[in-house]
Amino acid sequence: MTQDTLNTASLEFHDVGEDIHDDAAPSGPIERRWDERKFSAKLVNPANRRKMSVIIVGTGLAGGAAAATLGEAGYHVKSFCYQDSPRRAHSIAAQGGINAAKNYRNDGDSIYRLFYDTVKGGDFRSRESNSYRLAQVSVNIIDQCVAQGVPFAREYGGLLDNRSFGGVQVSRTFYARGQTGQQLLIGAYQALERQIAAGTVEMHSRHEMLDLIMVPDADGTERARGIIARDLVTGEIETHTADAVVLCSGGYGNVYFLSTNAMGSNVTATWRAHRRGAYMGNPCYTQIHPTCIPVSGDYQSKLTLMSESLRNDGRIWVPKKAGDDRHPRDIPEDERDYYLERIYPAFGNLVPRDIASRAAKYQCDDGKGVGPGGLGVYLDFADAIERMGRKTVEAKYGNLFDMYARITGEDPYTEPMRIYPAVHYVMGGLWVDYDLQSNLTGLFVGGEANFSDQGANRLGASALMQGLADGYFVLPSTLPDYLSAGAVRARPDDHPRSSRPVRRSRSGSRSCCRSTGPARSTPSTASSATSCGSTAAWSAPRGPDQGHRHDPGPQERVLDQRQGHGRGPDLNQALERAGRRGRLLELGELMCIDALHRAESCGGHFRAESQTEDGEALRHDDQFAYVAAWSSGDEKPVLHKEPLEYEYVEMKARSYK
Amino acid sequence: MRITVNVWRQKNADAKGSMVSYALDDVVEDMSFLEMLDVLNEQLTLAGEEPVAFDSDCREGICGSCGVVINGVPHGPEVTTTCQLHMRSFKDGDVIDIEPWRGAGFPIVKDLVVDRGAFDRIIAAGGYISVNTGSAPEANNLPVPKEDADHAFEAATCIGCGACVAACPNGSAMLFTAAKVTHLGLLPQGQPERESRVVSMVEQHDAEGFGSCTNIGECTAACPKGIPLDVISRLNRDLLGALAAGKA
Repeated sequence: MTQDTLNTASLEFHDVGEDIHDDAAPSGPIERRWDERKFSAKLVNPANRRKMSVIIVGTGLAGGAAAATLGEAGYHVKSFCYQDSPRRAHSIAAQGGINAAKNYRNDGDSIYRLFYDTVKGGDFRSRESNSYRLAQVSVNIIDQCVAQGVPFAREYGGLLDNRSFGGVQVSRTFYARGQTGQQLLIGAYQALERQIAAGTVEMHSRHEMLDLIMVPDADGTERARGIIARDLVTGEIETHTADAVVLCSGGYGNVYFLSTNAMGSNVTATWRAHRRGAYMGNPCYTQIHPTCIPVSGDYQSKLTLMSESLRNDGRIWVPKKAGDDRHPRDIPEDERDYYLERIYPAFGNLVPRDIASRAAKYQCDDGKGVGPGGLGVYLDFADAIERMGRKTVEAKYGNLFDMYARITGEDPYTEPMRIYPAVHYVMGGLWVDYDLQSNLTGLFVGGEANFSDQGANRLGASALMQGLADGYFVLPSTLPDYLSAGAVRARPDDHPRSSRPVRRSRSGSRSCCRSTGPARSTPSTASSATSCGSTAAWSAPRGPDQGHRHDPGPQERVLDQRQGHGRGPDLNQALERAGRRGRLLELGELMCIDALHRAESCGGHFRAESQTEDGEALRHDDQFAYVAAWSSGDEKPVLHKEPLEYEYVEMKARSYK
Repeated sequence: MRITVNVWRQKNADAKGSMVSYALDDVVEDMSFLEMLDVLNEQLTLAGEEPVAFDSDCREGICGSCGVVINGVPHGPEVTTTCQLHMRSFKDGDVIDIEPWRGAGFPIVKDLVVDRGAFDRIIAAGGYISVNTGSAPEANNLPVPKEDADHAFEAATCIGCGACVAACPNGSAMLFTAAKVTHLGLLPQGQPERESRVVSMVEQHDAEGFGSCTNIGECTAACPKGIPLDVISRLNRDLLGALAAGKA
């Protein structure tokens, strides 16, 4: 197929609407933009703040930090999470670290370099303004977290330690052994609990958002004014209203059968907002993480990631000969292929995640994979143990090694680990402007739930940075500007629109309860999610439209089979899963369409027909340098393009050689 | 392998519960304990029975959602979380008792699910450093001796799962409370509120209906994160100091 045919092949499945633009971003020198925006943002008198309420869905790094900070500022915050406690949001599972342009190592780092690395790492599909702000705010995050008592790793002099991470050549990653996400989240959680005790935050745990409430104000402008949520313990469906709604509900990696997401991670909140008119940005941009523990059987419920910091000292290799089934320690040095070091001598084992993942897949495709099913490559610490001693390796990676040993029953100190890539994070999400406001007035989106500052690929240790940047610094600066503009005109509690979605959600739950079918995500029920999702990311070499074609059939079948045993009004975990799965399947279709329309390769989005001679992603900047923002449309999704312009970083082919 | 499980079934907080026995024929040793329960639930659903409710989320041993008492031991025979326990720790023909956390501070919601809201309220009583966003000084202005930072980290690894309460014959949550008191009390940032923190947190702990600590040590033995018992000594020292200084 020619490029022109490819470019139009997707039109069968979607329409094209008008271009959109980010009107909130200031122009002028990039290093001044965030200060300009903060200065132009209107403020709210402290005495008026307690009269203004904000709903925040999700208590991960973005949602927890935003709820705490807005509570501190004096707003009335209503916070929601589906877990039994806000401390359990899945940010907690992030292991490796958080980037910040502190340049404590004096190795040439700067805000500009972090900005540059982020734009390049995202394969020139993110906004310059947003990426720059992220880099700017990164330094404040570390200050804030240290002041809260987050126990980052330190050197003997008592100052903060740093390590290096994939995709960059400086050491700018702050870490707390392999539990950085946990420590940062507990910091935000403690700040949140402090506000709960102070009465500024009203916490609703074990509550799941089912729908968004839009209500017209006196001028007829539709505004996000509340949510419908299910109390997971009593089964009651409740209406909650506020002056603005913030979704920090995380990513949708669970659209794939197995991912590293938590069991409960889901897309319902953002997907319902999408169905109420919010644009979904770049839904096909998925990140595949290279260092996960390979699958062991078909009963498996999820995949477990190991921090990619392991790539700092571990060496990745496969046998040179396909089908070599000798024990790894019996394979002599000259019969091993340290393929990352060979192909990418400058970055070696530390190439960005998308490149490392793809390289592993190629090796396995060539029959050189190791372990069950040939789906794995070795990550070997023998050299590191010899160089640094077992004690040092233990201190640096002990908990990861223990985890590996527990899950696989193998000892990584004596034999190499086996790793394989897994779906880990999504760069796609609800479209937002520079203020993190979606195209729906009064609906803000933070953290992984928005389409993010990361572009088509995310660098390691940047998710925690973005979550906390949005939560601690961006939302608390931009949300007041919206609130000050007089959103509070009519209380929406009595508005008929507030009760209509409740009725809808109730009947949805009842219909789930009536039908019967398998209880858990068995491979047979979930395979449709896998197959449609996989097109979006990296199985594209099989043909870009393969996933989409067989999507609607299985989707309907699974929806028929979704089940919610027992009555609705009760703790009913099967009903929760059924509802989540339904929304994920709807999203899966849009992911396929987005992947099909983007007839280029960029970052984690890779299509076989669009690659360089060396097998690297080949972008088509003349045609695809835009954010794809999708509205749901009457029959088909509608594509709106937000053109991306690069004033500071020259668009060129990414090279890590 | 074939496994028989005796599971605590309880419809809701007010209902009376009982142990119910189920047989599983195809348990694989690489399965995690919760994957075994997933398989049981699938079996129950296909048979038209109500699946067993249990909490779990990350299934990586870090979120603290999961946790059941297995053959009388919180999180079972290995020192890890229930989600990280694998069936290779059991053998063909085993009979396994599965119960929820028991403790006056943890009312049962349904089956194996308990309400651990008391832990949140203990943190809300003082388990934080009062620093509003934006008011933090430059991070490296405050060096922390590596040894203190490492000890603070060790205490901070608590995941709030509640195994310590389930293990304690007194139903005390002192290991949980002391882990937070120790984490924050060892850091220079935590000093200004050190005395008021320990007093408020212990008061809340008692108000929630948790029992007192009598230094039995079952908590630390069951802790999947290996929080050491000496955090409780530290709490007691801080508490005595605060009370002597008239902070209560």
